[in-house]
Amino acid sequence: MSAQFWLIQTLNAVAMGGLLFLLAAGFSLIFGLMRVPNLAHGGFFMLGAYLGATALDENLPFWLAALAAALGVGLLGAVLERALLRRLAGNEQGQVLATLGVAFIIADLCLMTWGGNPLSLSPPAWLMRAIAIGGFFFPAYRLAVLVLAVLLAVLLVALMEKTRLGAMIRAGVDDREMAEGVGIPVSRLFTTIFFLGAALAGLGGVIGGPILSAYPGLDTDMLPLALIVVILGGIGSIGGAFVGSMIIGFIYNFGIALFPNFAYVILFLPMIAALLIKPEGLFGRVPQ
Amino acid sequence: MKITRRNALRLSLAAPGLAALRRPARAAQPPIRLGFLTVKTGPLASGGIQMEQGLTLFLKEQGGKLAGRSVELFTEDTGGVPANALTKAQALVERDKVDAVVGPLAAFELLAIIGYTDRQKMPVLAVAAAENISQRTPSPWFLRCTSSSAQASQPMGYYAAKTLGYRKVTMIADDITYGYEQCAGFMRVFEDNGGKVIQRLWPPLNAPDYGTYIAEIRPDADAVFQAFAGANGFRFTQQYFEYGLGGRKPIIAGMTGIDDSILPQIGNIALGLLSTCFYSPALTYPSNKTFVAAMRKTYHADPGYYSAGTYVTGQVLAAALEKIGGKIEERELLMHTLRTSVVPETARGPVRFDQFGNVIGNVYIRKVERVGSWLVNVPIHTFHDVSQFWTFNQAAFLKDPVYSKTWPPTRYIEH
Repeated sequence: MSAQFWLIQTLNAVAMGGLLFLLAAGFSLIFGLMRVPNLAHGGFFMLGAYLGATALDENLPFWLAALAAALGVGLLGAVLERALLRRLAGNEQGQVLATLGVAFIIADLCLMTWGGNPLSLSPPAWLMRAIAIGGFFFPAYRLAVLVLAVLLAVLLVALMEKTRLGAMIRAGVDDREMAEGVGIPVSRLFTTIFFLGAALAGLGGVIGGPILSAYPGLDTDMLPLALIVVILGGIGSIGGAFVGSMIIGFIYNFGIALFPNFAYVILFLPMIAALLIKPEGLFGRVPQ
Repeated sequence: MKITRRNALRLSLAAPGLAALRRPARAAQPPIRLGFLTVKTGPLASGGIQMEQGLTLFLKEQGGKLAGRSVELFTEDTGGVPANALTKAQALVERDKVDAVVGPLAAFELLAIIGYTDRQKMPVLAVAAAENISQRTPSPWFLRCTSSSAQASQPMGYYAAKTLGYRKVTMIADDITYGYEQCAGFMRVFEDNGGKVIQRLWPPLNAPDYGTYIAEIRPDADAVFQAFAGANGFRFTQQYFEYGLGGRKPIIAGMTGIDDSILPQIGNIALGLLSTCFYSPALTYPSNKTFVAAMRKTYHADPGYYSAGTYVTGQVLAAALEKIGGKIEERELLMHTLRTSVVPETARGPVRFDQFGNVIGNVYIRKVERVGSWLVNVPIHTFHDVSQFWTFNQAAFLKDPVYSKTWPPTRYIEH
């Protein structure tokens, strides 16, 4: 194994970790704060990718297309929370089945709207090239995805830890009655969280689009990855989701490069290990 | 008239009693009941929807009639799930009383239904490419007008070694039987003609990303043979260019790797890529010109592997029915006629069939070019009358194991 092999696979790993974080951040927010295992998250991600593809077709600049798709998917998430999931509060089985149903509906609506062929999303022109690094080439766009993921992680942690909104959300999650008692609008906050989580999924779909493209089945390909990252990183921890994403990125890339026959299970091994040894995940908070 | 399952159903529900009474009166020529197994939901829907486009366009072109009899098309969506395929096949045979089935799409669907349809003596005109269905475990009721998995990749092996002069090739394909069979056929012929396959990569069907695999492609490979299916060929090709390999190391593709249905999405980077297939939208046969014009007009897309597959299947079925006066109910006669007839004019060129019901026809090496405003896989070389056995002795070929991950064994891959 040459130095070049280690370097390029390391870059691959962190770039993939960045992409995984964009996918998993929203899932972690919703699952961690509201305890809703949102199985429609893959569907949100795919819907974001398709909306982004359409927006790009309308000649919107890439970043605007990403924002538009995030907004669209976020609104869908907020509506779902108000209209459907609110009625199922505390009923985890019901939430699982309802969000799974929503996932199927999203998948078929996407198929009806955009057809079965994969759609490509073009990244911004200035990132559409490969950068030469010591004798090999690496796509500039993937490095941009990594940078974006780091920025987003910092922003989200700051939002939850440093702002009044974050404090109110944490209060509402820890003790709903007490929070309502001191005048925090918990109900509206929960809709906000769902909006934010869904919007992040939609954003991830567009940002991931130039790498993954939008195609039927993207939802079911992505959902398990979000689950793995969040279970490993720890429920409700944005930092945990980031570290989890990076670990999975490394294990996936080096795993299949060094042990190609394990390509199928290699992603699930860290999740199983986490569940056995540290069920709350690396950075998970044990619920009181 | 657009023939959909719904209005076919309405017709058949309208007067079930009357239809039963009328059936013995042969002179009245009741409609041909044609079953169609395709995939309209789930990850395989792209190909399945194209299959439906090809078949409905063909029937529309024929005025909804084959050999003078009107056709009722009964379409079932399998979702690409083998168990569903079997249930839907049973529904077509037992509820809808169809006379023949077009489809299914995927090999595992075909394997799931073939035991049942054989027992029912039901002609199955499949698109699925699984080698052994037309080789070591044949079915007397099976016909394939497209290509077995390796039927198009074997000529590509020859072309890559002899014409392109490649010496070392890396192969990459989905980690499924279809991928193994295409690659095995390519490798065998390529190495017989002096080439060396120096690396094989099998990403899982649902691999989230090919970056890792692309980074592993050996620098000393002259070219990469990619034999993906569905959206994966498109994703791989796009990422290959993303990693800057596009201009440096040519891609040669199997029959679904850079399909015409996805070329508009791949875009200009596809220009110049080579692939092998039983079909090309640029073929100048009159019926193909009609077909391509209709596809562009109705669906704003060029036909690819799947839509051409069912269109040609329709043409072959129509030709056989003409010969036997439309008597599709006489299934043994139908199968015999299908398998022994030469059909000189189809969208893919002339075809005939071997004793296993597999097509013998042209295989085209194609190059992506811009024709007008369309990106098209344009034929640059034609291998005429290619059989699934390529140039090998059929008996010897059948004595060997079926193409797989382990057969033929690799000779030049270091471990």
